[in-house]
Amino acid sequence: MTTERTTIAVAMSGGVDSSTAAAILVHAGETVVGLTLQLWDQTRLAGKHGIPDAPKAGRCCSLDDVYDARRVAETLGVPYYVVNQESRFERDVVRPFVDEYLAGRTPIPCSLCNNHLKFDQLLMTARSIGADRIATGHYAVNEYDAHRRRWILKRPADLAKDQTYFLFGLTQDQLARTLFPLGHMTKPQVRETARRHGLRLAEKPDSQEICFIPGGDYKQFLAAYLEEQGEPIPHTTGELVASSGEVVGHHQGIFNFTVGQRKGLGVASPSPLYVLNIDPASRRVTVGADAELATRTLRAQNLNWICIPSLTGSMRVKAKIRHRHQPAWATLQPAGAGEAIVTFDEPQRAVTPGQAAVFYDGDEVVGGGWIV
Amino acid sequence: MLRVYCDANATTPLLPEVIEAMRPFWTEQFGNASSIHQEGQKARKAIEAAREVLARFFHCHEAEVVFNSGGTEGDNTAIAGLVRRGDHMITTSIEHSAVLRAAERAADRGALVTFVSPRANGIIDPGDIRSALRPETRLISIMLANNETGVLQPVEEIGNIAENAGAFFHIDAVQGAGKVPFDVRRFGCHLCSISAHKVHGPKGIGAMYVRRGTPIEPLIVGGSHERRQRAGTENVAGIAGLGKAAELAMKTLEDGAIQRLAALRDRLEAGVLRISGTRVNGSGAPRVANTTNIRFEQVEGEALVIALDLKGVAVSGGSACHSGSTEPSHVLMAMGLDRHAALASLRFSLLKTATDADVDHVLRVVPQAVGHLRALSPEGVGTLG
Repeated sequence: MTTERTTIAVAMSGGVDSSTAAAILVHAGETVVGLTLQLWDQTRLAGKHGIPDAPKAGRCCSLDDVYDARRVAETLGVPYYVVNQESRFERDVVRPFVDEYLAGRTPIPCSLCNNHLKFDQLLMTARSIGADRIATGHYAVNEYDAHRRRWILKRPADLAKDQTYFLFGLTQDQLARTLFPLGHMTKPQVRETARRHGLRLAEKPDSQEICFIPGGDYKQFLAAYLEEQGEPIPHTTGELVASSGEVVGHHQGIFNFTVGQRKGLGVASPSPLYVLNIDPASRRVTVGADAELATRTLRAQNLNWICIPSLTGSMRVKAKIRHRHQPAWATLQPAGAGEAIVTFDEPQRAVTPGQAAVFYDGDEVVGGGWIV
Repeated sequence: MLRVYCDANATTPLLPEVIEAMRPFWTEQFGNASSIHQEGQKARKAIEAAREVLARFFHCHEAEVVFNSGGTEGDNTAIAGLVRRGDHMITTSIEHSAVLRAAERAADRGALVTFVSPRANGIIDPGDIRSALRPETRLISIMLANNETGVLQPVEEIGNIAENAGAFFHIDAVQGAGKVPFDVRRFGCHLCSISAHKVHGPKGIGAMYVRRGTPIEPLIVGGSHERRQRAGTENVAGIAGLGKAAELAMKTLEDGAIQRLAALRDRLEAGVLRISGTRVNGSGAPRVANTTNIRFEQVEGEALVIALDLKGVAVSGGSACHSGSTEPSHVLMAMGLDRHAALASLRFSLLKTATDADVDHVLRVVPQAVGHLRALSPEGVGTLG
């Protein structure tokens, strides 16, 4: 059917961004179908370990957000469906998230979700219902470069909302079938567009937290999740040591720490102490002064390349090592299968295993990988 | 785009005669049936006329008909109104959630509840009900026809068992009503719940047969409406609509409409079964005339429902009251299907107004959509859900 080629499935979370993305496409005359991936039951761990009983709105997959997404689809006059992906989300995102923390790393569930579930599944669901392309409300620009014969992911017009850090895992095939209608807009323009199209949620606040962690306390979540699974919290207590090797205290489990963390160390010290390193094997957590957090190199694995086919030699890039990090000049060097060494010009604070390192060439996303 | 609605077990449209029967009671005849004046008397007259029709529908006395808000209220009333702490009740694992959740609540409040499982074909074996009896069994609650598979349950035999055991017997007849000959005396039940919107009546209205002398406590208290069995100002237009819908439904049981519907369903089923890797859930069991529940191997049911919807065929993956939920159909799981098979099953339920052209359209669209889904994912899209 000819209609199938032009149908676009829009991932609708019930927030202002994805709602506006849908509105823009509808008003551009596209044939749109709204989809919400139901990923997590927000009431599932309610009341356990201090997790709030009633989930707040503004979180993906809360009933309120599904309601909002449905109302937007009704306003726009497009078909809308909720697709249940809870079991896959738990397998591919929540469980790895828990395991990463238990192993002393600091995971980014949004990237896990984008890389392993959201785009894959949306494209699959879209195809199965006769839509060849998907659109999301991410702030990113996606363009085909005929010269390089590659799809290029770029930073958006609104750099404060830039979400390319979470999108580094997109493959060429995924990019070829994905639209980011908000890429050239600023957030105020998006809200204005939402208002102009009569979307009642134009003023809805942005969600900031991890969608399955109400209240944002991951330790609470780990405890509640493991209890629900009938698993004990693994015994990972150990020593707190200074960088000299001197034992300065004991801790209650490596999952309580993130590199760069200052609070909750439980050690009295004349000058502020920070977590420098977490060694899962010895369960030893090294602490030290802020200055000791700085490192010049990191190793990244499971790399995905976007604006280049592969890394064949050294390359000058700006590298970003966490969502709120100001990208810093660095040199990339291939280092074996799917790995690279990143050497910064200036030492960077708190390189954290489990986070992503994403590389930029100007506005273009070169690629990225996971910090080892 | 041509649309064919194959989800009659979720709800049905009002018939024009039903709308006409309801119309006066929103405007000119707006009275409160409890009022003394002429306006009130007109409303009262409409309610009692509908009650007469329902008495004929149930085969009971008029005083045994209680109007309520629908099937869920009837199911809740039967259980909450009879079962107390220390009582035992028997129901089945394939009931509608209105019964299941009410039974669980009774259990939370100190009753003992036995959930009897069906045989693989979806039928509840009366022997299993008999085995579940206890001296303190207060209530047996069984559905007349299953909403997902259409399988008819042996309510008469179960009625006998209840009679001999001295237990009360409630039938959730929401899906059976209007589709099979209906007689609460023959069924041997004390309580029987029906809903108007499943038989081309309006939503939000239903009725319950309550055998005289059944010591049921009302769920909703307030005024002395419905012989103190259901408080709240009567939904006069709704009741008038239910009366007309029940009258029309009785007619279809006699004028050959049900046989015609069964033939259409059989043709639809046979046509869909020509697709490889398909099976009917509940085949071999007696079923209502309009329903078939079909399993499509290597297909994720949720995606098929959406794909069919976008091609103009409205079906469901199970009960409409559960769409969007995580779990596969509890009915199909209770019949022994595994998770994948249950999630790969779709319910087609035809309206009494269905035509040959409707079935033709379904048989054009379904094989295409199934083929498309299977081609996309050789190992099955069954990773969803």
